[in-house]
Amino acid sequence: MPDPIIRIDNIIKRYGPLTVLDGLSMQVMPGEKLALIGPSGSGKTTILRILMTLETISGGHIEVDGAQLYHMPGNGGLVAADERYLQRMREKIGMVFQHFNLFPHKCVLDNVTLAPMLTKGMARAAAEKRAMELLDMVGMADKAKSMPAQLSGGQKQRVAIARALALSPKIMLFDEVTSALDPELVEEVLNVMRKLASETDMTMLLVTHEMGFAHDFADRILFFDRGRIVEEGKPDDIFRHPKQERTQVFLRKIIAAGHRV
Amino acid sequence: MEWDWNFVWQIMPTLLEGLKITLLATVLGAVVAAVVGLLFAILRLSAPKPIARVVGFLVEFIRGTPLLVQLYFIFYVLPDIGISLPALVAGVIGLGIHYGTYTAEVYRAGIENVPRGQWEAARATNLTLRQTWLHVILPQAIPPMIPALANYLIAMFKETPLLSAITVLELMNQAKSIANSNYRYIEPMTLVGVFFLIMSLISVVFLRWLEERYSRVEER
Repeated sequence: MPDPIIRIDNIIKRYGPLTVLDGLSMQVMPGEKLALIGPSGSGKTTILRILMTLETISGGHIEVDGAQLYHMPGNGGLVAADERYLQRMREKIGMVFQHFNLFPHKCVLDNVTLAPMLTKGMARAAAEKRAMELLDMVGMADKAKSMPAQLSGGQKQRVAIARALALSPKIMLFDEVTSALDPELVEEVLNVMRKLASETDMTMLLVTHEMGFAHDFADRILFFDRGRIVEEGKPDDIFRHPKQERTQVFLRKIIAAGHRV
Repeated sequence: MEWDWNFVWQIMPTLLEGLKITLLATVLGAVVAAVVGLLFAILRLSAPKPIARVVGFLVEFIRGTPLLVQLYFIFYVLPDIGISLPALVAGVIGLGIHYGTYTAEVYRAGIENVPRGQWEAARATNLTLRQTWLHVILPQAIPPMIPALANYLIAMFKETPLLSAITVLELMNQAKSIANSNYRYIEPMTLVGVFFLIMSLISVVFLRWLEERYSRVEER
């Protein structure tokens, strides 16, 4: 069995007096598709943000692809990672946000080529060729010259996926990527993600409220509540036969709210 | 007292000399204000707490005291501690620093108006801090600031007559010396007013155009 690509060990995250993650530990295998579900405020988005180094941690260790994420070797042990070290680690990870966060002053193509050109020193021609392949994959090649403001939410999110893929990360993080979309636009984004899952062996972590999609997409489901993993297992086990009462209550509420499972 | 066109033509070259200095002081003052303002804004936004607080106090202090007093200080008091500046340089520094405290607020608001998601997207795509400022934050922050900055430019232009108090031979000072030596005030002072009015009207049209061009709020 290969080594885990992500090893999260006893992570603590506090905001002032509020403890968001309370000694969280989990592991992700290379190529695994993981869905993180649970009530809002349960810490599932926080763990993605921590993996993207958008947050600091209050305690614990994270190993990504064989190297520490928030610590680097130094002084004969581990010291806090500096910006240059984080820069190298971030190359392995891409993220897609709930609110897209496209660069509004740049056209679709430039959104995708900006980072490869700046951070990997790619020539414009090569970066654009690769960007067009990715935009083609997400069905946005014909909008390459459009500005983000001219796109629908679903289209923006597909561009955001292409932008994250342009850096060829080993791990992709999807943070409630369909939550801000009108219902009729959700499916086009989910289709892109299905395609991505079937065509690549990227490791994918997904925070979602789309239980039906989580069921079909994920190899493993983690149910979060109050900063801890309450229950984990194969989609069928979690959705059909949840063992923990908190999981059962959560799923009942979600179904009552009209979400498909 | 009658309006004398001959006198007008006679003093015109001297007044135009003064206008040149006025415009020069405005342009140089604007450059200083733009740079100093950005410096103040970045220090207040991202310097360590104690430094940010000192800068904050300094900004309030400069804004809370009259420009005329500051000009006197720079030109007449600083030489006492060995810093003697030519009048125009002292004037440009005074104008620039004074208006820099106003432009600092414009910069700060503009930078803070860029949504946090933009910083996060820049980080998620692995840009360095420098690249984030240059390619993501400032290109979005600056265009909406331009009308407000231009507004201060016009305000500063109209304050340049204060420089006459520290012997800068700008438009007002030239007019004053013409008036004093000829005992005629109506032509030189009217012309000063007309010059400022013309420049202001041109600026207002320019400002409208800038507002039209840059302040449309774009959907993100």
